[in-house]
Amino acid sequence: MHGYAGKFLELELSTEKISEVKFRSEVLRQYMGGRGLATKILWDNLGERWETIDPLGPENILLVLTGPLTGFFPGGRICVSGKSPQSNGVIGSTIAGEFGIELKCAGWDGVIIRGKAEKPSYIFIADSRVEIKDASHLWGKDGKQTLKTLTREGRAELERRNPNYGVWKEPAAIYIGPAGENRARIAAVMGKWTHAAGYGGYGAVMGSKNLKAVVVKGTGPLPEVADIERVSKLIDYVSEKCYENYTFRKYGTGSAGYYYGYKTSSEPIRNWQEEWHDQKSFGGDRFEQRVWIKKYWGDFGCPTTCLKIATPKVGPFKGAITDNPDYELEAYLGTNLGLFTPEENVYLASLIDDLGLCGIQGGNVLGFAAELYQRGILTKKDLGGIEMKWGDAKAFAALAEKTAKREGIGDLLAEGTYRAALKLTKTKQRDVTQYAVQEKGVAIGAHGVRSGEDFVDEIGYACSVQGGDHTSAAGSSIRGSGGELTAIFYDSAVYCFFNTFSLPRDSKWKFYEAVTGWRMTPDEWFDHKGLRILQLQRAMLLLGGPDIRWDPKVHDTNPPRFFEPLPSGPYAGKTVDKKKFERSKRKYYRAVGWDKNGVPKSSVLKRLRLGDVDRVLKEKL
Amino acid sequence: MSPKEPIWIVRDYLRCSGCRKCEIACSLFHEKKIWPEASRIRVFMLVPGAEVPHLCVQCEDYPCVASCPFSALSVNKETGAVLVDKEKCTACGNCIEACPGRVPHIHPRDNYAVICDLCGGEPQCAKVCREGEWNALKVVERGDERYRLYRLFSRKPEDITRELVIYLYGEAGEEYL
Repeated sequence: MHGYAGKFLELELSTEKISEVKFRSEVLRQYMGGRGLATKILWDNLGERWETIDPLGPENILLVLTGPLTGFFPGGRICVSGKSPQSNGVIGSTIAGEFGIELKCAGWDGVIIRGKAEKPSYIFIADSRVEIKDASHLWGKDGKQTLKTLTREGRAELERRNPNYGVWKEPAAIYIGPAGENRARIAAVMGKWTHAAGYGGYGAVMGSKNLKAVVVKGTGPLPEVADIERVSKLIDYVSEKCYENYTFRKYGTGSAGYYYGYKTSSEPIRNWQEEWHDQKSFGGDRFEQRVWIKKYWGDFGCPTTCLKIATPKVGPFKGAITDNPDYELEAYLGTNLGLFTPEENVYLASLIDDLGLCGIQGGNVLGFAAELYQRGILTKKDLGGIEMKWGDAKAFAALAEKTAKREGIGDLLAEGTYRAALKLTKTKQRDVTQYAVQEKGVAIGAHGVRSGEDFVDEIGYACSVQGGDHTSAAGSSIRGSGGELTAIFYDSAVYCFFNTFSLPRDSKWKFYEAVTGWRMTPDEWFDHKGLRILQLQRAMLLLGGPDIRWDPKVHDTNPPRFFEPLPSGPYAGKTVDKKKFERSKRKYYRAVGWDKNGVPKSSVLKRLRLGDVDRVLKEKL
Repeated sequence: MSPKEPIWIVRDYLRCSGCRKCEIACSLFHEKKIWPEASRIRVFMLVPGAEVPHLCVQCEDYPCVASCPFSALSVNKETGAVLVDKEKCTACGNCIEACPGRVPHIHPRDNYAVICDLCGGEPQCAKVCREGEWNALKVVERGDERYRLYRLFSRKPEDITRELVIYLYGEAGEEYL
């Protein structure tokens, strides 16, 4: 097999059993890696009793998987998955960095983690040698301190084992902050201070397993590929296309904090009460001139290097460090909280990174809490003395800390917006779910659908198998580059789709073939392989449980706010038309083979050789 | 094209994006594989943001060459690069100890010291860095009059990181070292 190391590492944390797992080449041809393979592993192991599995219990399986293109396609990532404590389905959540490259160079295509460690632990992988190490001294540490210690200990250990090697580079690490340790459902799996696999809540899954980090150093080469000359040429081709994208390289997504607000009117402002602003202080140029200290920053093999390192040099937020922030965090830890200066934005993003919260989920629930305060539903007393005023960075910081630590009201907010809304609806005896801007337990990405000008379709979130995940929105054109089946390809081959913007669509199949030697046609992907992964994800999403299950008739819809008219800006008055939405939804159901109730049809599942899925769905839905 | 004059790869750490395309280019050229640990240039990220592309600087006195008990190291007169004779090298590590920046390391599969050979005069790392317009690595002729006030010093990645972190993050940086 080309492109694969050929084996996976499995750890049972309860018994400390470490073993090697291999998948038949046929399985890898069908499910590739990353999101696709995770879906297959989860179904095979947990599918029959999916609805009984507690995502935060020892039975859940945490998967950290590369794909065949990881390390080869420019822009290295790793895909984290498992049963999601947010959606109760499967989410493929990718994070950039060198982790996947180190892992493959160590001879492993992925890590499969079961059970629960007795005490705080971390996994240390150095080529074929794997250890479960004590992490008591890391427990409670924030992201930056955690990575510092892991880097120091990792290098010391490598040097101790191989004193004659020379100076050791740092191993790569993924880790959790306090939020993950405290099983906040909105906790991310973190890397490199600022990188996060946020969607899904897998930071909480790591915490539930007493797993603080996974650290890896691989000294071997990336796996053999089918045609190294061709791969090398394709790397150059992709790179040259990315180099042409001058403004995206220069500003990354950092101009979007102004653009999506002003131009397309689709940016969350004060918990989506508005989606338009003309705050020029939030332009990419202001970030560039005020806080960016490194203008091009990126991960393994990336030609775009869209990240920028930001730190305010003076003022009350001096010393905070984060990247960019990127558009999502500009929006969710900026405009969504009524904050419109780069310095405040950097400060909150830095804190959220350190706490190990997902910036999107975190900013969404903070905005939700602030709106409830604005409406007098949550009081200063409820909030433990915090006056939750829009635009008060320190107040939001205080609430974020409480959330990561599950202190006071933070214990509720750590459950994420939807679960917090359900509980508050009971305790406050009034419906607050109308203020929850989320989809199936997952906070919605910072791209609104009301103006119709942004890239997400009106059904994009409602029909996605990953809920509010804007990187996996359902597109009306299921073969389109904005469709969910294409997102599944990126997340299963595991590379960064930000490097695909200028590429012709067929370049992904070419790259796949050059690496694996296996031909892939669009029909094969869209009618079979990709679609099969989609159906499996849909099936597990609908099986859900144990705390919440989704009924498509009720839950395949937009959050209530997206049916309210936009109050301001050039698209004032516009909203999603419910009848048109229903028509688009039915059309989408038909296109992907779901019946009128949103359940995958027997005939489609059987054609895809998913007869067992059909049987379970018939029994349980 | 091989240069008439010995060359240097001048580095500007603040421009390094950490993309590691240099490691990819180097290992593809020397190993016909993507192999970061076998790359003659290695990007250290001891602190995020303070990436340090680490490679030979061709010291004027070449202490590594002098340190080798097996005469495995020599200097290429055209490029100024240190060349390692794989057959003679025993991976004793003397050159690593002798190098002020501890630049060489042992090849992860084959038992010999890995040192930048300047790709025979056309360094692939600097080429890819230039193509992407990062220009963290730049090839200059050592005898070039314009650079006569400049020379490179071999330094440990830890020491370079320390200075970069303070430069980038100021006082706040100290706690991440």
